[in-house]
Amino acid sequence: MCDTCGCSADGGAVLRKPGESDYLMHVSDGNHGHTHHHAGEVHHSSANVQEEHHDHAHDHHHHESTTRKIVLEQDVLQQNNLLAERNRGYFEARHIFALNFLSSPGSGKTSLLEKIIPLLQQRFPVAVIEGDQQTTNDADRIHALGVPVIQINTGSGCHLDALMVNRAVKELEVQDHSLLCIENVGNLVCPALFDLGEALKVVIISVTEGDDKPLKYPTMFHEADLCILNKIDLLPYVEFDVAKCRENAMRVNHHLEWFEVSAKSGEGLSVLQEWIEKRLSHH
Amino acid sequence: MHEMSIAMSIVEAVVAHAQKEGARRVSGVDLRIGKLAGIEPESLKFCFSAAAKGTLAEEALLAVDEPEGVGECGECGMRFPVTFYYAECPGCRSLRITIVSGEEFLIQSITIEEEGEQENV
Repeated sequence: MCDTCGCSADGGAVLRKPGESDYLMHVSDGNHGHTHHHAGEVHHSSANVQEEHHDHAHDHHHHESTTRKIVLEQDVLQQNNLLAERNRGYFEARHIFALNFLSSPGSGKTSLLEKIIPLLQQRFPVAVIEGDQQTTNDADRIHALGVPVIQINTGSGCHLDALMVNRAVKELEVQDHSLLCIENVGNLVCPALFDLGEALKVVIISVTEGDDKPLKYPTMFHEADLCILNKIDLLPYVEFDVAKCRENAMRVNHHLEWFEVSAKSGEGLSVLQEWIEKRLSHH
Repeated sequence: MHEMSIAMSIVEAVVAHAQKEGARRVSGVDLRIGKLAGIEPESLKFCFSAAAKGTLAEEALLAVDEPEGVGECGECGMRFPVTFYYAECPGCRSLRITIVSGEEFLIQSITIEEEGEQENV
């Protein structure tokens, strides 16, 4: 629901900025911000987009018509993939190193960013895109660090897509030679399929989850470039076999870079920081 | 539930092509969804009918071809069927397997009905 005009934004994502309560931008209609005018038209609902073209009635069974098969061989995710490549080209041209952070809800994506951004910021500018179905809670937390941040609220959507990132980047001041952290919607299934144009996908799991998670959600681990095991400070209190989890992850994807950290205690963060800095300086 | 947004993008692509071809309606859509593509065909079919409502593809029948996964061993080069992202090479027991097929996700073809005689509405 659009707070400004009350129009239904079901299935349509919006952008918000922390500390700017009157800022609101619809992703599906990039040309209008919160000052948009509604003349009774139905928009924001992609299910309705094609309706106007359905101008024939229901009598299409009792007259002759020819049928024809058209071979398309078109990738279903083509639109998203094309836009993702545009994003990628933009990032490369400006030397923006974009990381797509993926995990289940509650594994500590935002906490990890809160801890590692101040470390990384000493050498590179950092900007953040936050993705959640609702609220600007995560963006507010990142905003408190003093880095540029924008919140994407996906509404009913379960993942970020390339269009949302494309719009968000236009609204966010991302500097050249910087790190862009994209925190995806907490979900280990759907975001795996949607390329955003990032340089690398980072999957985060925590020791309070099962060590068989890579086997249960193989698509995500198969797509990821880095795997970060978070909350290792809790290892003494939980039944979690780190070696087994790592082995499971490697079975699904033997190219995975593996890190073990605690966003709370700070353990392991310097190793991760060094790795990111090294990759960023070569980007 | 990513099948819904995917169904919507399929409908969008199908309708765009159908309009370009001057179709009156779309009677069939053939999809190719590899078994490792991360898409649940049943769920997609359900979403498709909802997403296609009120469009040229409203009554289209969705046919899904589901090719099996094929892995290639990074050690000995052997190719063999896989059902999952991790597999062991039946030849040399290596775990360095690359998926070479089974991740396809294509709109293979659409069947359209073209403008026949002028219909009386």
